[in-house]
Amino acid sequence: MADVSTKANSVSIQGLAQSYGSLQVLKELSLDIPEGEFLVLLGPSGCGKSTLLNCIAGLLEPTQGKIFIKGKNVTWEEPSQRGIGMVFQSYALYPQMTVERNLSFGLRVAGMAKDEIDSRVKRASEILQIEPLLARKPMQLSGGQRQRVAIGRALVRDVDVFLFDEPLSNLDAKLRAELRVEIKRLHQRLGNTMIYVTHDQIEALTLADRIAVMKAGTIQQLDDPLTIYNKPKNRYVAGFIGSPSMNFLKAKITGTAKALGLELGANKLSLSGYKFAGVVAANTDVEFGARPEHIEIIRGAAKGKDVFPAVVELVEPMGSDSLVWLEMGDQKISARVESSAHYKPREKVGLKFRVEQASLFDVQSGDRL
Amino acid sequence: MSTQAIEPSGPKPPNWFEWERMVVYGFLFLTAAYFLVPLYIVIITSLKNLDEIANGNIFIPTLNPSLHAWYRAWFEVCTGLDCRGIHPNFMNSVYITVPSVVVSIAVAITTGYALNNWPFRFSEGFFTILIIGSFVPYQVMLYPMVLLTKNLGIYSTLYAVIFVHTVFGLPILTLLFRNYFASLPVELFKAARVDGAGFWRILLQVFLPMSLPMLTVAVILQVTGIWNDFLFGVVFAGPQNYPMTVKLNNIFTSTMGVKEYNVEMAATLLTGSVPLAIYFLSGRYFVRSIAAGAVKG
Repeated sequence: MADVSTKANSVSIQGLAQSYGSLQVLKELSLDIPEGEFLVLLGPSGCGKSTLLNCIAGLLEPTQGKIFIKGKNVTWEEPSQRGIGMVFQSYALYPQMTVERNLSFGLRVAGMAKDEIDSRVKRASEILQIEPLLARKPMQLSGGQRQRVAIGRALVRDVDVFLFDEPLSNLDAKLRAELRVEIKRLHQRLGNTMIYVTHDQIEALTLADRIAVMKAGTIQQLDDPLTIYNKPKNRYVAGFIGSPSMNFLKAKITGTAKALGLELGANKLSLSGYKFAGVVAANTDVEFGARPEHIEIIRGAAKGKDVFPAVVELVEPMGSDSLVWLEMGDQKISARVESSAHYKPREKVGLKFRVEQASLFDVQSGDRL
Repeated sequence: MSTQAIEPSGPKPPNWFEWERMVVYGFLFLTAAYFLVPLYIVIITSLKNLDEIANGNIFIPTLNPSLHAWYRAWFEVCTGLDCRGIHPNFMNSVYITVPSVVVSIAVAITTGYALNNWPFRFSEGFFTILIIGSFVPYQVMLYPMVLLTKNLGIYSTLYAVIFVHTVFGLPILTLLFRNYFASLPVELFKAARVDGAGFWRILLQVFLPMSLPMLTVAVILQVTGIWNDFLFGVVFAGPQNYPMTVKLNNIFTSTMGVKEYNVEMAATLLTGSVPLAIYFLSGRYFVRSIAAGAVKG
């Protein structure tokens, strides 16, 4: 069956399932990735993101489903026939070969002419600025240099799709930030489709055109980073994205359909600024989710409408800003404030929630309301 | 002794007369002597003539050493009516060892790699059988092997010995290589597959060059094991093809005429020369390869 919709997409996955015995790693997963998109598969370890990537690469045979690359069904193709290049967490450079031989290995396997190999290696090493390293062995390179060579190995093969399997996880924080920018720059320059697996939400938010947040073999939400961050589809996505993570408060929806309110502990909060996804009945138990930067601290004892009394527990200065941990009744809340604002432990303050930027989740299903 | 107390600073000065240290060194000297004294006696005895052996102390070296006993051992010493010395048997041992080592390692490396990286339907079961195989005592297999080689028509030839050594070397070698390949990062194999390399290319161009430590271990294991083997040589080679170890035993046990201790010692050293050379040449790699894998580099 020729599927027309797959033609415009660089990679298209249809009903992909993977299981080891009774363990289902991927559950009938479908995903369309347009040409030139930077897609990040994000999730905790064991969520199936690497399995999905390995299936796309052809290193794992799916139990079910189809994979299209550039409109061609490649489900049964060898990895080298799929037009993909892959970059691994451990770099996976051939230790006995020089950088130059590492880069050209795939081309030599394909039986390419020497001149063509040389010019491609030259171009790739220029782009990645590894020309001075060509004669060295991987052992003599730093982690960042090794990962550059690993990217170069995909680059020389002139592939349609780049696959990254947690490429920065073995690097220290500073180098990780540097290479992150370089990968983004590379994507802007080449315009290839890139699929990037990570458990690091910062990498996901900074690099992605779209993020697929995964859990237990399913995609929970597939959206652009800001939508994922601001309008998480469910409790799981909301809790996974954001550092420090979102505050979740037990609450109950009250009032009439015209003027819904939120019962938060002993106090009430007006929900007039909140955009509901659907119709919500009163008296529903919900979780009220507010990110630390969407909570305002007001000095002095709480007074006025929608201001909640709280007590400062401790302050974590983080340089650019500070995180204040508070107790509101029996619930703990973190709020982000400017680092110039000083709060003392046990100080009594008022809290104001920006309802229009908050999220409400159904307690039972965890879905966004 | 100065009465002024020295303030501790920098490295603590070593105390050479700690009793733990003495015990360790004492033990090391003792074990070294245990292995070196017999070697010393064998060497000096092989350089003496029979008079000196009969009248001298076995610990005292001769003043006029000669290689005459070595010459006799190599070219002239008799067992029964055969007075060609041990050199034909040295060559037999070489003819047995070289092909057995090469073939068994080549097959084992391929099997180990296939078992680890290209799992097939029954690969786990196959591997279990191999492990069990490496624990089966040789004696159990001796009679079936005699029948097998007889039916193959190679019994009592060098081919029979080579065949038996190759087969019996396979389980343990395959186990070694499979586990070694399992210790290599699996991403390396994946990267090679993405690069388009197939079964043989990945083995020969990616894995083999990385297997030097394990190859060294395998070569040492096989060369010394096969060279020192006595049992299979006696059973499968036939009298005209006896390897060196069997010949050496025959020299010791033949009771004709005067016992030529110097010739016997020289023959012993010649027989042991090959494993000894292997140990000396590869000692550095051997230690390194045993240590390799203990700590990831």
